[in-house]
This record gives sequence, structure tokens and C-alpha cells, in this order.
Amino acid sequence: MTNNSKSDSSMERLYNGLVKENPTFVLMLGMCPTLAVTTSAMNGLGMGLTTMVVLALSNMIISLLRNIVPDKVRIPAFIVVIASFVTMVELLLEGFIPALYDALGLYIPLIVVNCIILGRAESYASKNPVIPSLFDGIGMGLGFSFALTCIGAVRELIGAGEIFGFHIMPDAYVPCAIFIMAPGAFFVLAALTAIQNKIRMNGEKKGRDMSKIQSGCNEDCMNCADKGCSHRFYGASDGAGSKNETVKAGGKERE
Amino acid sequence: MVKELLIILISSSLVNNVVLSQFLGLCPFLGVSKKTNTAAGMGVAVIFVITLASAVAGVIYKFVLEKLGITYLQTIVFILVIAALVQFVEMFLKKFMPSLYQALGVYLPLITTNCAVLGIALTNVQKKYGILTGIVNGFATAVGFTVSIIILAGIREKMEYNDIPESFKGMPIVLVTAGLMAIAFCGFSGLL
Repeated sequence: MTNNSKSDSSMERLYNGLVKENPTFVLMLGMCPTLAVTTSAMNGLGMGLTTMVVLALSNMIISLLRNIVPDKVRIPAFIVVIASFVTMVELLLEGFIPALYDALGLYIPLIVVNCIILGRAESYASKNPVIPSLFDGIGMGLGFSFALTCIGAVRELIGAGEIFGFHIMPDAYVPCAIFIMAPGAFFVLAALTAIQNKIRMNGEKKGRDMSKIQSGCNEDCMNCADKGCSHRFYGASDGAGSKNETVKAGGKERE
Repeated sequence: MVKELLIILISSSLVNNVVLSQFLGLCPFLGVSKKTNTAAGMGVAVIFVITLASAVAGVIYKFVLEKLGITYLQTIVFILVIAALVQFVEMFLKKFMPSLYQALGVYLPLITTNCAVLGIALTNVQKKYGILTGIVNGFATAVGFTVSIIILAGIREKMEYNDIPESFKGMPIVLVTAGLMAIAFCGFSGLL
């Protein structure tokens, strides 16, 4: 994460979130909502946009507070900021889009523990100025929405023969209902990660840097060198400055 | 009363399995399931923390949030209480029960942001469970987590020696396994 002017421009941040570091397709972050709410393209899109709003606003506030909050209590402070926005969004959804509120249910308050949000707060917003942080949140949120919509569309297409509620498949197609049930989520994600593995192997053969793929949360927590992982956040209260390096080193070691 | 609790026990642990049908606590499920004994350790730690957390969250909801009429703050309060609780448990075990700390200590930091813990606290509120029912629900859910993570770890240990297609090695094959387990657990829905 170099802080030169190029990497901080707003367009670059959006591109980074959507393509280069797409939280789902590249980094594999935030798996719980990815699996749980992608029963249809519409739900996926709704969850993605809700997360984007929280991510952008919390990134902005955390970036504003980055010089005020003492280092030792920064993680609880971030969580309070994130949880406040989640509560606001939850109440707004309940009031204005009750259909989506009912469809997402428990997973709206659980946005608080979505590792994308705390991860971005920790690795980007707490070190960078307000505007890039805002766009970083929007970019990451758009990438997340895009990914959830795609996964939702695939599951809806196979499981019900529809996309966004419109019939796509010919009438002769018998929907494979298991794909909109829980097991289908695992199978779709398995296929996605297999594709990632394939792309990574091909890329490594050609000598490209593929270390970002699946560098989010994966595999083996017990032997993970990544002390800065947001999943064990309070244990790693020492040395915030070296955090980024630790994350990077951890990511490389796991490859 | 007993019958009701028994139904919750079965439905939370097997029928609506927390990982395989609700996708909560997926990260430790995939991340700590390489060996059966670490998976069992993680499972016990999760049972311990979730049961305790649902008790504390239930008490706080009933006697603080409801009394003051600020139930809309539940998400913020619960996540902070859970984070503080896990840290407190870790300190307590380190000081007074070193043997237990040695067995569970490494898992505790992994549990704080486990969405299952917050998820159970919120579910208890959503379903209007009382404190005792909430504790039973939390315990049952955690037992469900433990059962499924130990089964997955057992399968993964066996899978070490299998010839898996190159691109399916690692995450994908674990997810396929989890999917098949989810299908198997769908069979429990006939229980109730």
C-alpha cells in the first residue's frame, strides 16, 4: 500500500475495489454474508449496497478520527463507529424498504462483524485522508455488490431458472432447487474458489504476481503468521504502524 | 417448559445448524478444521464463549436495554459486551485456571469477531427468548457448531491422502465437503 498520489486518486480507488482487490472475487473476504444472502440476485444486490453504504460512511468517519483516537483503543472505536452506522441503516431499511429488511433479516446487524469493513478501516481508512477513504469504501462496496449480485444471479438461474425474477431458462428446464438452498451456496463458492486457484496457477506460470488472490481469510488460522488479522483483532494491539507490513507478510507467507 | 427447551436444543444444534444452514461462524469452520484435535478445542472454546455470551447478553438486554427503553442500541452494546467478555475470560483463565487456559487460550482471540456469537445474541432477542431459553439456545447452537467442525476435520484428515484435481486443492474441496455435509444435515429437518 504505497501512499503516492496515484494510488490515492478517487478513480484509482474505485477501480481498485471493483477489480484489482475485489473483496469477494480476489481477496475472499466476508464469506458469511456472501453465502447467506445470495439466494437471489436481488437479495445479493440489496446486501451489497447496504454494506457499501456502511463501508463508505464508516471509512469516512474513521479517516476523520484517525489522528484523534489513541492507538490502543482504535479497534473498539472503529467497531463503535461501524455499529452505529449499521444500526442507522437497519432502522432506515426497516422504515423504507421493509421487503429487503425482511429478506436480509439477521444478516443486516451482522454487517458489523463483516471482516471487509473492519479490514478496510484498519488497513486503509485509519492511515489515509478523508476523500480517498470515502472512495475506497465506495469502490470496495461496489466490488462487493457486483460480486454478490453475480453469485446471486448464478444461484437463481440454476436454482429457479430466473434472474431478478425474470424467467430466463426455457420452460423445459427443471430448476435444481438445491442451488437456492444452503448446500448450493457451498457448491457455487467451491466452483468460484476452484476458478481462482486455476487463474492463480496460470498466472504464476507466466510469472505474474498472484499473491492477492485468496489473501483474505482462508485456510489455516492455527498456523497463520498474520498477527494483524482482523479476526483476532484485540490480541494484536501492539505496533499499529507495522500492521500493514504484517498483513502483507502474512499474506505472502500463506501463499 | 422442559419439552420446549428440548425442542430448542434439537432444532438449534441439528436442524438449523449454525454453520451449515445459517452460514454463521464460517471463518473458524474453514480455518481451524485441519486437524481433529484443534477442531475439538475450538469447538469447546466456542461452546464456552457462546453460552456465556448469550447469558450476559440476555441479562443486559432484559435489565438494562429494556429498562431504559434503548433496545435499538442492541447491536452496538452486544458487540462491545462480547469483545470485552472474551478478553475478560482470557485474563481470568490465564490467572486462575492456567491448565484450561493452555487448552483454550489460543482459540479465544479467534472467537471475538466470530459472527456466530453476535448472531446468537441477536437471534435470542429476535425470537423473544427469556434468559434461560436464550442460554439453552446458545449452548445448543454451539454444540451444533462443534459437531459439524469435528466432522469436517475428520473428513479433511482423511482427504490428505486423496488425489484431488490440482485446482480443487485447498479451499474448493473443503467447500464441496461442507456442501455435502449441508445436504446430509438437511435430513435432520424431518426430526421436528
